[in-house]
Amino acid sequence: MSLALIAALPFLGALLPGLMIRAGRNACAAATGAVTLLALILLALQAPAVLRGEIVQTRIEWLPALGLNANFFLDGLGLMFAGLILGIGLLIILYARFYLAKSDPMGQFFTYLLLFQGAMVGIVLSDNILLLLVFWELTSLSSFLLIGYWKHLPEGRQGARMALAVTGGGGLAMIAGMLILGNIAGSYDLTVILQNKEAIQASPHYLPALILILLGAFTKSAQFPFHFWLPHAMAAPTPVSAYLHSATMVKAGIFLMARMWPVLSGTFEWFVIVASAGLITMVMAAKIALFKDDLKALLAFSTVSHLGLITMLLGFGTPEAATVAIFHILNHAAFKAALFMTAGIVDHEAHTRDLKRLGGLRRLMPVTFAIAAIASLSMAGIPPLNGFLSKEMMLEEAAHVAWPNAWLVGVLATIGALFSVAYSFRFLAHGFLGPVRDDYPHKPHDPGFGLWAAPALLAVLVVLVGLMPNTMIGWLLNPAASATTGRGIFTNIYHWHGLQAAALWMSVAAIGGGLVLLGAYPRLRSLWDATPRPEAKRIFDGLIEPLADAARQVTDSLHNGRFSRSMVVAVVGIGVLATLAFLTATPHAPGTRPILPVDPLVLCLWLVLVVAAFAVPFLHRNRLVALLLTGVVGLLIAPMFAMFSAPDLALTQLSVEVVTLLLMLLALNFLPKETPVESRLPRRLRDAAVAGMAGLGIGGLAYAMMTRQPAFDRISAFHWAQSKPGAGGTNAVNTIIVDFRGYDTYGEIIVLGIAALVIYALSEALLRNPAVTARLASLPKEREAGDRHPMMLVVATRLLLPMAMMVGVYIYLRGHNMPGGGFVSGLVFAIAYLMQYMASGYDWSHARQRYDHHALIGWGVLVASLSGVGAWAFGLPFLTSGFEYVHLWPLEEFELATAAIFDLGVFLCVLGAILLALASLSRLALRTGEGPNTTAHDLEETR
Amino acid sequence: MEALLASAIGLLAAVGIYLTLRLRTFPVILGLTFLSYAVNLFLFTAGRLAVNAAPIVGTTDAPADPLPQALVLTAIVISFGMTAVIMIMAIGGHLQAGHDRIDLDEDKA
Repeated sequence: MSLALIAALPFLGALLPGLMIRAGRNACAAATGAVTLLALILLALQAPAVLRGEIVQTRIEWLPALGLNANFFLDGLGLMFAGLILGIGLLIILYARFYLAKSDPMGQFFTYLLLFQGAMVGIVLSDNILLLLVFWELTSLSSFLLIGYWKHLPEGRQGARMALAVTGGGGLAMIAGMLILGNIAGSYDLTVILQNKEAIQASPHYLPALILILLGAFTKSAQFPFHFWLPHAMAAPTPVSAYLHSATMVKAGIFLMARMWPVLSGTFEWFVIVASAGLITMVMAAKIALFKDDLKALLAFSTVSHLGLITMLLGFGTPEAATVAIFHILNHAAFKAALFMTAGIVDHEAHTRDLKRLGGLRRLMPVTFAIAAIASLSMAGIPPLNGFLSKEMMLEEAAHVAWPNAWLVGVLATIGALFSVAYSFRFLAHGFLGPVRDDYPHKPHDPGFGLWAAPALLAVLVVLVGLMPNTMIGWLLNPAASATTGRGIFTNIYHWHGLQAAALWMSVAAIGGGLVLLGAYPRLRSLWDATPRPEAKRIFDGLIEPLADAARQVTDSLHNGRFSRSMVVAVVGIGVLATLAFLTATPHAPGTRPILPVDPLVLCLWLVLVVAAFAVPFLHRNRLVALLLTGVVGLLIAPMFAMFSAPDLALTQLSVEVVTLLLMLLALNFLPKETPVESRLPRRLRDAAVAGMAGLGIGGLAYAMMTRQPAFDRISAFHWAQSKPGAGGTNAVNTIIVDFRGYDTYGEIIVLGIAALVIYALSEALLRNPAVTARLASLPKEREAGDRHPMMLVVATRLLLPMAMMVGVYIYLRGHNMPGGGFVSGLVFAIAYLMQYMASGYDWSHARQRYDHHALIGWGVLVASLSGVGAWAFGLPFLTSGFEYVHLWPLEEFELATAAIFDLGVFLCVLGAILLALASLSRLALRTGEGPNTTAHDLEETR
Repeated sequence: MEALLASAIGLLAAVGIYLTLRLRTFPVILGLTFLSYAVNLFLFTAGRLAVNAAPIVGTTDAPADPLPQALVLTAIVISFGMTAVIMIMAIGGHLQAGHDRIDLDEDKA
């Protein structure tokens, strides 16, 4: 359970920042940090077992039929990544607290950050690859929110969109690849897939699966040719860049390659694709980084380059190279996060990140300079810092690739390292060294402790790992590398490999060459500026814009914002598809189901119904007539239901029809009573033709269905057989509603309640609008009946009220065994009340009402919920019903069922919803100029 | 009998579609009501027709299919809720815009 909890904690915690921001920025950041710390502690509790070489697992069945289960597992690799995500996350939270300006909505920021953190932790802990894909897409979405956090900046919005398009697109490819992989292995569980190397690599689908999965990994980790989105994502606030674009999200692709390494690596295809992509990325991005003036752009391309380095090492396919890759992931996370944070500090203090405008900061910001120096020397690979260790090992691996033309790999790797040295030194030299200038946009000085604490801690780690690698990091590196490669790795990291080691000379060449490059920088720069280069953003926009235009054209041609247009397109579209399906299907045989003989009563009902319905299109301009005809049709459907063995439906249809008619009559008060002629005859004929064809199709379909036996056995055979023994009622329709499918009903009454609340809210909003109330008051007066509250009506409705209620109670009580139940009973009660409103007026009735309609809805949902929750007390799932037969003298034996309590909830909710809906309309009517009549009836004038 | 019901469903659907293609809110809402009649009946007939076979245990051995009935029962109630919501929207539109056309700009095509 605890692994699932670690992944769930950030998601649950994401609710906190939004709430805590009311208590201040410190409370907000502290809450976010506490959630992360808690997850980190839970992770640490699992660590001892994992470090012993065990694998911790949590398995929760989610959708077993699809192979999608919430299975988590934790091994060395997962532990390292989860620790990295949560640990650096903690530092980022501290840094962001002091980085964000007062005007930035901090609650939002931390909520997004926690969502992202949860998604990342989910990726590295997932055992099920489908679950992993869910988290994978969540990182794309949450990073979109984070990159676009400064919504007012167009670069932020565009960068976020580009990142989402590229990583989201790669994610889609990866879904396909993962499905193929799961299909080959016969399971979607990583632990199973990782055992099936031979089967997977021998499969003819290995190559497509590999390419699709690598598409996902390469887009996420910004590998060539998908590297271009990362520099544009730098429009994000610096804490986001430091977190997503150095330590976590861009490492997700790397993580995936490492995770899949045991089954996918070692083949020719893997080497060619992964190692070459990594190598190209490393060299190309390092070269570009050298010529970037923006500190963050320089770091972004440097990140791309280092990711390429790690990818290349994984691509070599040897356990040794993979171990170095894992080591470099840790080292890079430490120094690159520190560098991003110092770049943010410089931006924060000097109000610019442009290297051309900086320089001389060493004297003004000594603390920041110290951090930047340590981290960038580590990035350059200068001994004895941690970056040096992994770079030496990388060069050693590159020099000994078991491949023809291996020397080329070594040379290119050295060139990459050389550029890396050059841009690292440039970061330091052009940013911090040199004379103090007097033209900074803002006079910089060291920030407060809060801002430099996090990068300083990372810089300390950089030094400590560099000095004592085996003590500091060996305990984590060995299990992680063992988990990645699937065999026991016990590496020993040396600073000195001897004079005969190739890496030493490659390193010397890189550092020397890097210094030369930096010395010749002004001349190189003018050369660089003079050479034309493809601009990735322009190419990307050039691809995206025609696509967007095409999509817009399709949309506009189908849907121009006019309702009737889209309606016609939809009806005709469905009609064409249905006709095609009908014509292309196998030969159609006539129906074999015996046909029922025509009942004269049904024939009469049908005749009236057809005449009434047919008249509506011709008479609909007089709205009252159209409404009455609609009512006739609706009321005739009720006996139809009754004739065809559906008494419950008949009752419901009858009572709903009455309520609907009342509602529409009331509404007609506020609308014109006539519909003007607005469409010409051809248009009306076209509409009639469309409607007629659709009607023919639907009627034909209904006939075809009714004259054929169902293709499958009835599901309801179960409900029928279990109605009495299982649910304790003889009315199968009612037991389905309140018991078998109680959860559906539960949702439905909530929807109904929400609908009523929406109506209330809308009418409230209308009443607050002065223009609306003015128009209400000036609505044309209708010819009124002679008596506002006819005495006969008033007396009759008041006499009927208790009787109607008794009928309602009766219908409710018999519902479980005979036609009836909460729905119908609620409707009957509602009609009884509505009659009072009609006869005696809103004010009179409202003054005598001792409860609130809103409360009725609330009580209904609450009662239904409680009857569901009650099952938990007996260890049963939500909404499990129970029943007991009770014998209470002098009554006959009767039954008590919890389903009846649920039905009571249905009753209350239906009653409240209907009354609230109609009362909201009545409140509008009060503003039409009719005076209030609290002493509604003549009889009461003496009161 | 099947033909009667099928033709009724077809007619209700056709009337419903014709009315929803009108340009004022009230006929469109009536059209949606007709469409829900048609759809509810259609779903109901998916259980096939049966007479004197109400699905009540003890009264019959070959009951009508209770499942479509249960589904349609809640659908009837929900379609009331939907009608009520669009009705208040139509009223709000009329009171705020001063006309009850469904499209904002003139559409007399």
